Amino acid sequence: MTSDFPLYLIPLLPLIGAAINLLFGKRLSKDTNHYIAITAVGGAAVIAIHACVSGLWPLWKAGGPGTPSLTWQGWEWLHGAAGGGMGETAVSLKAALVLDPLSAVMVLVITLIGFLIHLYSAGYMAEDKRYATYFGYLNLFTGAMLILVLGDSLPVMFVGWEGVGLCSYLLIGFWFDVDKNANAGRKAFVVNRIGDFAFLLGIFLTFYFTKSLSFSGVRDGVGEITGSRIWGAPAQFWICLLFFIGACGKSAQIPLYVWLPDAMAGPTPVSALIHAATMVTAGVYMIARLSFLYVTAPTVMAIVAGVGAATALFAAIIGFAQNDLKKVLAYSTVSQLGLMFVGVGTGNFTGGVFHLMTHAFFKAGLFLGAGSVMHALHHAKDPGDIREMGGLRRKLPITHITFLIYCIAIAGIPPLAGFFSKDGILAGAFAFTAPGVPRFYGHLIWAVSSLASLGTAVYMFRLYFLTFTGKFRGDHHVETHLHESPAEMTIPLIVLGLGAMAVGFVGIPAFLRSHHEPLFVRWLSSGDAPVQALALHMSSSREWLLMAVATGAGVIGIIVAAALWLGGPRPAVVSLGNGLGPVKKLVASKFYIDELYDLVLVRPFRWLCMAVYQIVDRFIIETLLLGLVTTLVDFSGRALRLLQNGHVQRYMVVTTMALAAILWFGMRPSDEFTVQPVMGAQNTISLHANAHDYGTPNAPQRKYKWKCATDDPWKAGGPDKTCEYPNPGKYEVQLEVHDDLWGTSNKSSKLIRVGGD
Amino acid sequence: MLLTIMLLLPLLGALIVALVPREEEGLARGVGYLFTIATFILSIAVALRFKAAQGGMQLGLAVPWVPSLGISFKVGIDGISLWLMLLTTFLTPICLLSAHKAIDKKVRGFVAAFLILETGMLGAFVAQDLFLFYVFWEVMLVPMYFIIGVWGGDRRIYASFKFVIYTMVGSLLMLVAIFYLYVTMHDVSGVWTFDMEQLRHLVLTPRAQIWCFLAFASAFFIKVPMFPAHTWLPDAHVQAPTAGSVILAGVLLKFGVYGFLRFAIPLFPWAATWCSPGLAILAVIGIVYGSLVAFAQDDMKRLVAYSSVAHMGFVMLGVMAWNAAGIQGAIFTMLSHGLTTGGLFLAVGVLYDRRHKRDIAEYGGIAAQMPRYAAMFLICTMGSIGLPALSGFVGEFMSLLGMFNAGPLPAGFKQTLWHSRIFAIIATTGVVLGAVYMLWMFQKVMFGKNANPKNQSLKDLSGREVAMFLPLVVGIFWLGLFPKGILNKMDASVRGYLDEYRAKMEDIRNFRQDDASGEYRHHLWPEGYVVPGAPVVRQPEPTVEAQPAPQPAPNPDVAPAPPGGGAP
Repeated sequence: MTSDFPLYLIPLLPLIGAAINLLFGKRLSKDTNHYIAITAVGGAAVIAIHACVSGLWPLWKAGGPGTPSLTWQGWEWLHGAAGGGMGETAVSLKAALVLDPLSAVMVLVITLIGFLIHLYSAGYMAEDKRYATYFGYLNLFTGAMLILVLGDSLPVMFVGWEGVGLCSYLLIGFWFDVDKNANAGRKAFVVNRIGDFAFLLGIFLTFYFTKSLSFSGVRDGVGEITGSRIWGAPAQFWICLLFFIGACGKSAQIPLYVWLPDAMAGPTPVSALIHAATMVTAGVYMIARLSFLYVTAPTVMAIVAGVGAATALFAAIIGFAQNDLKKVLAYSTVSQLGLMFVGVGTGNFTGGVFHLMTHAFFKAGLFLGAGSVMHALHHAKDPGDIREMGGLRRKLPITHITFLIYCIAIAGIPPLAGFFSKDGILAGAFAFTAPGVPRFYGHLIWAVSSLASLGTAVYMFRLYFLTFTGKFRGDHHVETHLHESPAEMTIPLIVLGLGAMAVGFVGIPAFLRSHHEPLFVRWLSSGDAPVQALALHMSSSREWLLMAVATGAGVIGIIVAAALWLGGPRPAVVSLGNGLGPVKKLVASKFYIDELYDLVLVRPFRWLCMAVYQIVDRFIIETLLLGLVTTLVDFSGRALRLLQNGHVQRYMVVTTMALAAILWFGMRPSDEFTVQPVMGAQNTISLHANAHDYGTPNAPQRKYKWKCATDDPWKAGGPDKTCEYPNPGKYEVQLEVHDDLWGTSNKSSKLIRVGGD
Repeated sequence: MLLTIMLLLPLLGALIVALVPREEEGLARGVGYLFTIATFILSIAVALRFKAAQGGMQLGLAVPWVPSLGISFKVGIDGISLWLMLLTTFLTPICLLSAHKAIDKKVRGFVAAFLILETGMLGAFVAQDLFLFYVFWEVMLVPMYFIIGVWGGDRRIYASFKFVIYTMVGSLLMLVAIFYLYVTMHDVSGVWTFDMEQLRHLVLTPRAQIWCFLAFASAFFIKVPMFPAHTWLPDAHVQAPTAGSVILAGVLLKFGVYGFLRFAIPLFPWAATWCSPGLAILAVIGIVYGSLVAFAQDDMKRLVAYSSVAHMGFVMLGVMAWNAAGIQGAIFTMLSHGLTTGGLFLAVGVLYDRRHKRDIAEYGGIAAQMPRYAAMFLICTMGSIGLPALSGFVGEFMSLLGMFNAGPLPAGFKQTLWHSRIFAIIATTGVVLGAVYMLWMFQKVMFGKNANPKNQSLKDLSGREVAMFLPLVVGIFWLGLFPKGILNKMDASVRGYLDEYRAKMEDIRNFRQDDASGEYRHHLWPEGYVVPGAPVVRQPEPTVEAQPAPQPAPNPDVAPAPPGGGAP
């Protein structure tokens, strides 16, 4: 069930806002700048809500076949004639948009959280010189992100995909006068491009099989994919793997996660919007969008889940030893994204998307809270260093309360949002079964993920306790300037806090609601189910048990954190930390992964480029090859010049010699002869030799010698010769012509067949 | 007629510039702007008259030039040359504008050289007579030689010499092949002609095709330029003035690919197919190699020049896909490359005009000093690295998609599907590498602290400079968002090109199968085609077979021996 809707308005409004602020923003006042930007995103949110409530919701309620969706047909974007090796397949792709339950969730998250973060930015960035540019980029990002989720085809999605990458690049490097920030931006773009390389190949391969690029076309052609094999594996294995590598780049999974912690170089609201709530979840969204393909490739699903779980645990471990407020949150984001991949990888697509949504609220909130703290500490040398904080709960009461709520939510304590979504993912992982994947695999994923969420609770509350409890540990000057942030910053914190408490209720698991599927699952699984969940078969009692374990992990984590860091770092903890010296250093240095990449990939690549340039381009081509050619030309020029020495006598000598040579070779008699089969009696055959020589055919001084067969002797004769053969067979006729005048001769032979068959 | 007027208008402009007094530099420039803009407007009129649905040459004009030799002044455009023609007329006024301040010596000569160059380029795009094409092809060389050699940098003489020698070597080989074709055409059809319309009906033997193709390809190969014949390009770019670099990258390089599409492949399809795996491999090498080497540069112009090598690799790869998507992608990439790389050379020129330095290390933190300039530079950079929704993406995507989906080659060639996919996969790494070197340069020049005191008083773009960037930027967005208008105007021509290619390949295959001796010979395609003006072929008199003697003896069956039995 679909109907038309001017969906283009949703991304267009932020894009117009971006255009105005980027082109003319500097001539406008700062107030105008942020009014334009906030209005644009707010307008997009209003249209999106309108589309969902009055357009999509009735369609969904009515049920019926097909996915309920609103579409906008757009214009024909990519276009290619049919013909050539692609047979009669024409490339034709519309820049069409579609709003279905899945993209509706994303659009609402993006516009609502985007709106709050725009609002917050108006306070946070108030002092910045490039205020208009900032809002321009932020609007541009929102527009691109909306295109990403609304796109009805892989290439349109890719437009948004790379568009958000560009904005991320620009915003990470927003304060580009510091090299570190510019480097971080470039690193983000390049690492993302590595993922995009795989994404593009995935698109090509999909088109190769389905001859279509739109999601509906790919879905219709999925049989073409599943029926084919490449390099011994099913085609869908490669396609899904390639798309997953693309997702790894965008969503910061092992081994492409390295850009995200560095991305914290950007302004904090940017980290909240792009590097926590929206852009980094695009990979999860993509897999959910292509779920119909992923369910055909259980091996890739297992890989997705495995990489997700590994990333979740790995990032959680690194998160322990970070002392920068935003770095801890960054690793926490990587870890939570890993959990989302566990969700979609175990076939629990609704679970993954649900966690994506709840996480967007509390992680955006955490970043904004961190921003609020750093805003208060802006006189400090390093406003993000949690070792220099403490006791902020009195000075920043709103920030404190909301931050606590987010921490509880992320730790997975009921009934906050994170509890429901995380529990859903863990339960789904426990129950994961897929053909070809061993049963224990799901349990292993569950165990690793549970460990990761235990870790999450510990380091998040370490962050909370060190920041807000105890006494302030920074210097006095900073302490006197501590203040709560202005209203445009605290209101988003409050709203997100309410969200973090409330959004979880749309996804209360079925066994708690007398086996009614939760609203969220029903919403996403409507019609022919763009988000297909592998069926979960579990008894209620086991679900209760799993839920208890998940909650217990959160509670234990908080207790451990409280025991160690409540009211500031305990001396015992400090000494314990010192005792663990090398291990702590290893973890704090993020396992030296960046250094490893630098050593193994980045530097060698640079050397490779230098070497190729110097050796191949400069030496082999320019020096050797070109040198060889020029030397040859030069040499032949010099050699020929020797002849041109002006001595007429020598010229005459050369001329005469040349003339003689021409005559001698030119007067060689021709030895060509034709065979005319004139039948005589008794199988005789007559031959005629025709030696036409430069106007003097058969000159009198010529002598002809013939041999009618190999065994015969040479016999002198004229130009004509008659041979007689008594028996049929193959004979070789030979002729030798000698020119007495010039003393030259020529010889040739022809094979003839006489009689017989 | 309109097309011809457009073609000759810049030449008229050059004549008028020559009449302007030497010291009236402003007037000379004014005449230059007037004529290049008028040419652009006329070319738009041509484009509007062009009928997209119709294949083949349109808006043509054919006037005998040297009738006794079969040379005619014959021009026309199709969906392939239409866009390249527009690119030429679009970029030329921008080039002149970029030289408004930068060129202050011998202004008259500069403007005249550019106008002659424009006629040369347009002529080579619209010529439908092989001889005429060759004339325009060589005419282009002369003004370009002077533009580099007179108004260039410190090593301008070396660079202009290298440029001319490289180009001439290929051109002369092509000339030999042109004459071979001309003579063979006469042997086969009895008509002396250089008319492409007739010559494309001539199918040579595979052996002859290969030699002729190699001769043509050597001219185009160097022009593209493909690895390893690319080293003239960075030198020429570095030494050329900004306007020269823009037109060199924007238009002149396109002649290589255009030559393949228009001449080398239609005339010698068998040889082109035979060479296509090799050319595709060189194209892929060009993409990766150009990108790697670009990253090793410390001179901005050299970096952009090597990036051109990589981009032209994408173009050649699309051509070698032998399908519509690939070829349309290739043509589109050429247009996009003309805009983005043209823009990048302008951007380098803007800094060069101010500081007379092209070294990346000289700069840093320019974005804070020159925000408008940074925006223009950024858009050109992003267009160049193929950000979707900008121009670079569409062409790259389609040529890669075409290559990835390339079927087996026709007429029993043994290139399998997997080769083409591997080519496409390796070529796609160019997408990553492009981001690596372009963003590296952008960062080193634009970001960081503006530490160099000489850069702290740089002025942002003037109105004139914005005016020269603006059309390019608009074009980059337009091509990226609404490529269909451009792509569907070439549909009919590209399809016609492919149909003709397939028909000829089929013809060659059938010809071999029909001929009992298993040997090819030069012939006309399609069978029974009569070249207009061909002498009436007398029916050969029926040959009287040698009558065997009436004896009841068995017939001796005489067969000639294979040659080679003769010894001198």
